[in-house]
Amino acid sequence: MYFGLSEEQKSLEENINRFLADNASLDTIKAVANGEEDKAQSVHQGILDLGLSGLVIPEEYGGLELNMLFATVVAAALGSGTAPVPYAGSYVMAPLAINLAGSDDQKNQWLPKIAGGECVIGVGLSEYVGAREDAGIEFSNGKLSGRCLFLIDGKNADAYLLANKSGELFLVEASAPGIEVIELTTVDKTRTSIELILKNVDADLLSGSDNKSIIEKVLDAGRIMLAADTVGAAQVMLDKSVAYSLERKQFGRLIGSFQAVKHMCAEMAAELEPCHSMIWHAAHCFDNVPEEARLMACQTKAHISEVGQQISKTATEVHGGMGFTDELGLHYWFKRIGLNRQLLGSPELIREEAGRLQGFDQ
Amino acid sequence: MDLEYGPQYDDFRAEVINFIKENENTKISGPPRSDSRIEWQQKLIDNGYFARSIPKEYGGYGGDMDIIKLRIIAEEFAKSPIPKPAGGQGIQMLVPTLLSLGTEEQKQAYIRPTLRGEILWCQGYSEPNSGSDLASLQTKAELDGDEWVINGQKIWTSTAHLSQMCFILVRTEPDAPKHQGISYLLMPMDAEGIDRRPIKQMTGDSDFNELFLTDVRIPAENIVGSRGEGWKVANATLGHERGSLADPNVTQNRLNSLIDLMKNETIDGQRVIDKPIFRDRLLSIQGRLMAQQSNALRILSSQINKEQDANLAKFIVKLQGTELRHELEGLAIDAMGEIGTLYEDSPHLRDNGVWQMTYMYYLGLIIGGGTNQIQKNIISERALGMPKEPKIQGA
Repeated sequence: MYFGLSEEQKSLEENINRFLADNASLDTIKAVANGEEDKAQSVHQGILDLGLSGLVIPEEYGGLELNMLFATVVAAALGSGTAPVPYAGSYVMAPLAINLAGSDDQKNQWLPKIAGGECVIGVGLSEYVGAREDAGIEFSNGKLSGRCLFLIDGKNADAYLLANKSGELFLVEASAPGIEVIELTTVDKTRTSIELILKNVDADLLSGSDNKSIIEKVLDAGRIMLAADTVGAAQVMLDKSVAYSLERKQFGRLIGSFQAVKHMCAEMAAELEPCHSMIWHAAHCFDNVPEEARLMACQTKAHISEVGQQISKTATEVHGGMGFTDELGLHYWFKRIGLNRQLLGSPELIREEAGRLQGFDQ
Repeated sequence: MDLEYGPQYDDFRAEVINFIKENENTKISGPPRSDSRIEWQQKLIDNGYFARSIPKEYGGYGGDMDIIKLRIIAEEFAKSPIPKPAGGQGIQMLVPTLLSLGTEEQKQAYIRPTLRGEILWCQGYSEPNSGSDLASLQTKAELDGDEWVINGQKIWTSTAHLSQMCFILVRTEPDAPKHQGISYLLMPMDAEGIDRRPIKQMTGDSDFNELFLTDVRIPAENIVGSRGEGWKVANATLGHERGSLADPNVTQNRLNSLIDLMKNETIDGQRVIDKPIFRDRLLSIQGRLMAQQSNALRILSSQINKEQDANLAKFIVKLQGTELRHELEGLAIDAMGEIGTLYEDSPHLRDNGVWQMTYMYYLGLIIGGGTNQIQKNIISERALGMPKEPKIQGA
């Protein structure tokens, strides 16, 4: 019995952390956030060089064929560095969907390209989870029409993975005629968000996705990734809070010696520490315990969204006025956690789903 | 990641299941220390289902310290109505302390009868003016020939009315700094000069006592560790207490009962669980509990895999677990509304009033065992490396 990360997983985590520390400093993040997109490209190239795009893809398609716990380690590391790169959508949810529900042709067409870092796939499942603005897509005669909002990793993508309301999944090439891309600006400028308007666009149905279990599996994976991203980001906010409290003096003493500040930090730590275990556990269930996996993924995303919100608020308060400034830049983590909370279902929405999963309706 | 215990434990589990099947209908009766309780306790020891890793020479089973086996025993016993091994502060706190710091004579004298349930212990730590600041305690003991003479007052002494012995902290070195002036003594409860008064709690029960100690004389050798080392000796056992107050697996049983309750209780004919806000509160609590269960798995794993660090994970168990449990019991009361306020033997009472009782009891546990505010100090100082509050002059 061993509950925790393996040596391999720890070393992957260290490699990503080291790469981000060297190549995605706060100045780089700020530059990206202020519109210098080229600065994000070298970071993206770096994570491709680390093999992260093919992490969950089977070896026969050029990937590393590692499990969800490895992907969780990556997502947490990227969250801790507020890394301005695609990941959860393009490199976890999309290849998982294609591998689970695609034909051999579709797998051969897409998986090696994703693994090789040659293509990015934007993922639009928002309408399946809960449509806003009456968005949604209809499929008929091989063509998709309609609107998708809040695609994950969608900007500059080569293709899109989209879901209709009944959970069928489609692949659409970005170059196909009839697609209009509208850029959305969220508070989190370390990642992109887009809206798609489709008018009779050629689309490729993932034939295995007629069964809802596929989209549910893809959603579980996405939710675990977003939760892990939040855990990584929240840990940095806590660490920065403790560090700041041991530098900043008021009333002639370190503010970290005041119980008001100590208790804020202790509360953050007490909430956050179990969340590390929770994302590992959720990833483990995803791969090995199918009967617990869905509830675990839902509750992990919902609970960690709540903890993330509390920590992003409290950590900002510990930093006082500085926490509110762009100079210190704590807000990049705050906003990252804020976006993760809403993507693929806010906590309230996901808890509704968790209730149905357990038969509370009956 | 590997959550399997491994096939090498299959035989052991089968053995435990078999023992439980054969003994499932065992009835123990009578007050604490009754023959049937002691007999049962000894049977559990003889079979290695209790005091498993405690050496035979002190009355234990003398087995290996295998965490997974202990876990399997706990899992299988929890599933069955079979009588559980006795607990209490003697077994949880005193025995581990004597094993690591007691003299050979003390081990020989006390461990076996404590394990068998022949000697019950109470803890004499807190005083009216020394609660969170326990090290400021003033009950004093002076050596007079070959006897300690104890004078002072203790409070929150659980089970003092049932106990034969008390492990007590007293000030023996009045001139030393406060942490270095304390000794850890073993006091027979039938000694002259002990006056006990029960404290009635908000629940209506009296689980605690005040002890008034006037010229209580006990043998000089009844000291664990050296003079002035009592604080260190006591801290060796406080860790044992904190982990045991908030087991998430017990909370899981309570959550299951809460789900049943919310399916059965109705408001205007609608089930409470079908009301979205109630359901959302229930699911929030479930999410928090699942996080704590994952945390518990990590702690278990760190006990098996010694190189694994779970320091912070352990420090937060009492704080998180007691708060969650209090909230869980409170949701049940809200789900019942006015019915949730019924108590004692009222008509319409649900589940013998256990929800109100536990709601209040866990508020007691948020305070007891080191208040949750003290827990936050400990987490921030020992796990996050934040400084202690500066000392006030003269305190």
